[in-house]
Amino acid sequence: MTTIAQETAPLKRRKRRWEGLPYWLILPTVVYLGVFFVWPMIQGFGLALRDENGWGLTAFQTMVDDAAFGEAVSFTFLLILVIVPIQFVLAFGMALLLNARLRGGGIFLYIFLLPLAISDLAAGIAWSAIFTERGYLNTILEGVGAVDVPFIFLDPTSKTQLVMVVAVAEIWRSTTFMMVILFAGLQAIPRDYVEAAEVFGAGFFQRVRHVIFPMLKPSIQVALLLRLIFAFEVFAVVIALTGSGATVLAAEAYKWQATNENEHVAAAYSVVILGLSLAAAALVLILLRTPRERRLR
Amino acid sequence: MALPRLRIGRTLAYVAALAVSAFVLAPIYLITIAAFSSFDAVYEYPKNLVPKDASIETMRVFLDSEGITDSLRRSAYVAAITIVVCLAIGTPAGYALARFSFRAANPFQLALVSTRAFPLIIIAIPLAVTYLRVGIDDTVYGVAMAHIAFTLPLTVLVTASVFAGISYELEEAAMTLGCNRLSAFRRIALPLAFPGVAASAIFIFVTSWNEVFAAAILTFRNRTLPAQLLAALDTSPLTYRLAGGFFLLAPALVVIFFIRKYLLTTWGRVAR
Repeated sequence: MTTIAQETAPLKRRKRRWEGLPYWLILPTVVYLGVFFVWPMIQGFGLALRDENGWGLTAFQTMVDDAAFGEAVSFTFLLILVIVPIQFVLAFGMALLLNARLRGGGIFLYIFLLPLAISDLAAGIAWSAIFTERGYLNTILEGVGAVDVPFIFLDPTSKTQLVMVVAVAEIWRSTTFMMVILFAGLQAIPRDYVEAAEVFGAGFFQRVRHVIFPMLKPSIQVALLLRLIFAFEVFAVVIALTGSGATVLAAEAYKWQATNENEHVAAAYSVVILGLSLAAAALVLILLRTPRERRLR
Repeated sequence: MALPRLRIGRTLAYVAALAVSAFVLAPIYLITIAAFSSFDAVYEYPKNLVPKDASIETMRVFLDSEGITDSLRRSAYVAAITIVVCLAIGTPAGYALARFSFRAANPFQLALVSTRAFPLIIIAIPLAVTYLRVGIDDTVYGVAMAHIAFTLPLTVLVTASVFAGISYELEEAAMTLGCNRLSAFRRIALPLAFPGVAASAIFIFVTSWNEVFAAAILTFRNRTLPAQLLAALDTSPLTYRLAGGFFLLAPALVVIFFIRKYLLTTWGRVAR
């Protein structure tokens, strides 16, 4: 990570009396994040590690004993396993398309970016209008004669179908996020490198594999890392599409907090979500580690 | 550059770009025509894929339903407070990162980047408990404060990147011509940074407008739009959900138009 302070050549301060100024400028941000980010997080651990009767692991015990816990864990992981690989390929392809300078590229750029500003709740509602039994997809399928009676996509008894449906909505919504990071990385690759490979006869896939991919690795790392972190927070899209047919970790945290009014178990869920996101982040960093001697930049 | 120069590759690229565009636009298009049709059209099957009997019935009933205009207003309030506070305290910090080399700069920046690893969920639940104790539960201020905590780090990083893109020499020149540091900032750096900062404000707006989890946990009676929609998901009629979904999604169409360039340059760079 290059820091912005390094990017702009260090500026000699004109006057000594400005010495403390940057600290005054960052102070409000530091204080705010201390009070509204760091402190609540510490409190969150505190909430999870006690209940009405005192300190202990009872909140975690309650969480694990609840049948919904296992379901939430498995559904969350299944979703990630289905979504992230497809999403990565799609995001990479979209970034290449934007980078290819097609005519009308400005319009494609606008369209590709749209989902970035759409909430998972809105995505869930929009896709439920498509997947519902009397919805748009069945209208089309019946129209072309693919099915005779409306197919039930949102079948609460079929976990596989529910995973697929939620995956489609999530891929639709959150691929753009990865694309933006990958596209920024693509633009930083010097054109000469790719052209040189081309001169030496590398085909499209060879160029992608041997030039673009290695050089894009830092961006790929960040894109996967952030995407995985956010994937453990998936929430409203699942509720909107499956109702009570499926549950995920964040939905359980919401349920324990808002419906059961037990902030201890809700906090236990949030600690689990945090732990899993950090573990996933660490995994990406380890798997995509570039040995020092092979670093290109 | 990465795509084949051959004509066939070019054609394939257009086909792919059109296919992705169709995939992105289809749900937006369908929810829009559904939100602007009559009740009968919403419930009929098979559905109309082209807007045949456009009507504002669905929209009007949604807007007239209990609490909706209030929740829309609250969502707008929350977003406005979030933008103002975020920029007021985030922009100076961004400026400091861009203009000064000071000892705490790197740790500070690293801390900001690493906040992204922590899900909003883990701060939202304790905040709900604290708000209840302090007596600001179920208020727009409470939701806004959570949203600020969540958007502030990125705001600082993005504004730092914006200021870093503006030559410091311009400010120095102004100072040699009689400006002091503050007036140089106000008269030179700020106007030049304005488009970038405005893009940042727009991005804060959508983040806040779209945020569901904290909003749903921190409000009970005074719900914002996403919280209201989420709470009503399994009890409300389809027409209500579709119209609400459209309201939630509509700002995206405008917002992305204004900030598309910045998203690719500034955000892409900051994220790395």
